[in-house]
Amino acid sequence: MKFGIIVFPGSNCDHDAYHVISKQVGQPVEFIWHRDTELNSFDAVIIPGGFSYGDYLRAGALARFSPVMESVKKFAASGRLVLGICNGFQILCEAGLLPGALIRNRDLHFICEHVFVRVETSDTPFTNEMKQESVLRIPIAHAEGNYVCDDATLRELEQDDRIVFRYCDPAGNVTAAANPNGSRDNIAGICSSSRNVLGLMPHPERACEDLLGSSDGRDIFRSLAATLAAVA
Amino acid sequence: MKAKVYVSLKPGVLDPQGKAIQHSVELLGFTGIADVRQGKYFEIALQDSDDQEQAQESVARMAREVLSNPIIEDYRVEIEG
Repeated sequence: MKFGIIVFPGSNCDHDAYHVISKQVGQPVEFIWHRDTELNSFDAVIIPGGFSYGDYLRAGALARFSPVMESVKKFAASGRLVLGICNGFQILCEAGLLPGALIRNRDLHFICEHVFVRVETSDTPFTNEMKQESVLRIPIAHAEGNYVCDDATLRELEQDDRIVFRYCDPAGNVTAAANPNGSRDNIAGICSSSRNVLGLMPHPERACEDLLGSSDGRDIFRSLAATLAAVA
Repeated sequence: MKAKVYVSLKPGVLDPQGKAIQHSVELLGFTGIADVRQGKYFEIALQDSDDQEQAQESVARMAREVLSNPIIEDYRVEIEG
């Protein structure tokens, strides 16, 4: 099982993700420079958080044109696992690998704080080690995390059980007050129709050790590793 | 030739920046403002060419595929000779 972490100019959570995979998950992991296009040796690819291309034009808009993204599209089409965190989620939406878009937070602020998200489905390679409706405490750090999509897309996401995480209160209630950024239906993360591509705004890689205030994010990487172990 | 591209949020997409600008403008004493929407404006200088139609087509493609995100934004292209 080998993990790859894509590095764009401006990525800044790449080393955190590397640390979690190598130290917490204990699996081989390599950085992939955005100009590389060879992904065949990897089983899962992580698109980390940060400010790829300085967020010029729109967050994630320019990273979509990096050479590696064509390979990521083929990688995803082959059924292998792609996890986009924060800026990675924005890039996946811009690249058309996930539906919808992430716009400026409702209250305009850059928000950097721990929030609660509810696991809406355990039927994904990223959440199958967790119980549905369990609540995770994970930090967010973004200015453009306000998820928008049209009515038809929302219906499709709901019908196909593709809403993976929703912002909630500590007890797991999905309320307007628990929605930090104005995201439609409190959506914090969604997966692709084939379920092998996940994008989420919260940063699970920043919540994998008790020393950091929460280790709830570890369950996502644990699920990922368990999925890959079962396939191998 | 020069191309001008205007990118604006689709009607119905929340524009918190527009709202904040409206609020500030109103604080200055301006009244009667129904709404403010913020957008983006691009000036693209094109290599000398007389073919306005082709320029329109190629800049429209740029606007569609790069300058705007069709999920949330509309665009308008103007070509100046």
